[in-house]
Amino acid sequence: MSDYHIDGQTFDSSVGWVETRYAEFDSLPLDSGLTLAPLTLAFETYGTLNDERSNAILLLHALSGDAHAAGFHEGDSKPGWWDMMVGAGRAFDTDKYFMICSNVIGGCRGSSGPSTTDPATGRPYGLRFPVVTVPDMVRAQKLLLEHLGIERLLTVTGGSMGGMQALEWVTTYPEMVASVIPIASTHRHSPMQIAFNEVGRQAIMRDTNWRGGDYYEHDHPDAGLSVARMIGHVTYLSDESMHFKFGRRLRGKEVLGYDFTTDFEVESYLRYQGDVFIRRFDANTYLYITKALDYFDLADGHGTVVEALREVPADTRFLVIAFSSDWLYPPYQSKEIVRALKGNGLDTTYVEIHSTFGHDAFLVETDQQTHVIKHFLEVTAHREARRRA
Amino acid sequence: MPSSIIARAPSGERLDHLFIVDVVEQESRVLDLGCGRGVLLKMLVDRKDVRGTGVEIMEEKVYDAVGKGLSVYHGDINEGLSYYPDGMFDYVIIGQTLQQSRETEFVLQECLRVGRNVIVSLPNFANWRARTHLLFAGRAPVTKALPYEWYNTPNIRSLSVKDFQVFAREQGFRITRSLHLGPRRPVTFLPNLFAEHGVFVLTKA
Repeated sequence: MSDYHIDGQTFDSSVGWVETRYAEFDSLPLDSGLTLAPLTLAFETYGTLNDERSNAILLLHALSGDAHAAGFHEGDSKPGWWDMMVGAGRAFDTDKYFMICSNVIGGCRGSSGPSTTDPATGRPYGLRFPVVTVPDMVRAQKLLLEHLGIERLLTVTGGSMGGMQALEWVTTYPEMVASVIPIASTHRHSPMQIAFNEVGRQAIMRDTNWRGGDYYEHDHPDAGLSVARMIGHVTYLSDESMHFKFGRRLRGKEVLGYDFTTDFEVESYLRYQGDVFIRRFDANTYLYITKALDYFDLADGHGTVVEALREVPADTRFLVIAFSSDWLYPPYQSKEIVRALKGNGLDTTYVEIHSTFGHDAFLVETDQQTHVIKHFLEVTAHREARRRA
Repeated sequence: MPSSIIARAPSGERLDHLFIVDVVEQESRVLDLGCGRGVLLKMLVDRKDVRGTGVEIMEEKVYDAVGKGLSVYHGDINEGLSYYPDGMFDYVIIGQTLQQSRETEFVLQECLRVGRNVIVSLPNFANWRARTHLLFAGRAPVTKALPYEWYNTPNIRSLSVKDFQVFAREQGFRITRSLHLGPRRPVTFLPNLFAEHGVFVLTKA
């Protein structure tokens, strides 16, 4: 255990020091018809796999996330992106469960993506990297589970894009999944979600430093990527959370500047978020992953969502979580998932957690999520034990 | 906000719950509309091994029900019903909720669409205490069974157990079993006068 501090509060990270590991695979056929070869997946695990190999949980990250969900990397002052949810005694209790989290393909945090070296040229792929989809991400994760010797998952879960992967998991490998927890997610990207992503992509591609994606040996399209991140952050907040967080407070001045430097707190916040992001994220990955999000439609190849879920075994359990102020992935989208699940007679719990934090709520509203997830997992583990007996 | 007091067994369990547990067969599929904190549904899961799911609109109550290991839909009962195909359940339970519903006819029809049987429990607005309150005090009745003031009551339908029986007949439903509860025990004598609550098991005629 080790303590860390954010905004003057002290937290303890119960999984402690962790390391990212890497698994290599020969190739992966993709939805586009192309093949990615070879393939590296970055992953982390927390907790211990039991002898029956029955306590594994696959955690799936969102757009800007990575394999580092919990604990600290050596030298870091901040823990993984869902540290408050993963650890001893937490929602995903590492005393009971074995957690796996991997960076998606197309990513820039250790898994194969546009910034990794193309073996054909010896230079970074750039746009020669094939377009990947959410189902491609899931098929890559399946390779990782085979590598780890895991044949069945107690649950697949994630927020936002993680929730889409979780839904894709249960439709692609229905026999491998005992339960699914999609959080603040959707069964298909809406025109509004596509629109915001397109603004982000245009910001990157119109940056002269982007050079058609071949910028790795030059200055990077930092201006474009930071603007993409700024528009992203606006969609993760809510009107109410911005009132609360920033109001109309001025930044570092008593009166309006009557110029175009930073006047308001909210401007300063967005610029800061943009600046931090360019240090850890690749602009091309932003293009690839937002494209994968926009392409996502669970009904693809099935006709309807209800049909897509037809092969899911009747004893599979679902916990769908939405947040009241999330206008990027609004509760109605989660309800559509629930409707399709119930239409198939599947055991489903739906909770709309009251929150003012917008889409970000899935990262910060940990108390209520912990309560519902904990109990849901206990029942799932109990049913799984009965199933094996 | 006060809540309606319903007669209990010495064990502390509500008599309407015990009646429903008795009615529902082993391993039935059950939908509990307005399941609250999941007390009844949990009894049904534990004692009748039902495959149960609840619908509840109050977030705090949903957390309690999930804490009991139950599956719950957080939302209103109309949504909760419309999601299901025909004949999905053996029993749909609508306990102390129908009188709070705006679309009473529609809700009951929907219940009988998704369920083979429907169990309805209601407070009886024609109980003698309510009648005397209205007759002698000249005020909208406030009793242990109907504990709300006119300005804060969630009950938008004021009906008697007799009204419900007439309504069920007119809708073409058959009442297969019923229970009338007084303040402490079931009543059989002049139930529309002495019962505080009624519980009815309905099927399509």
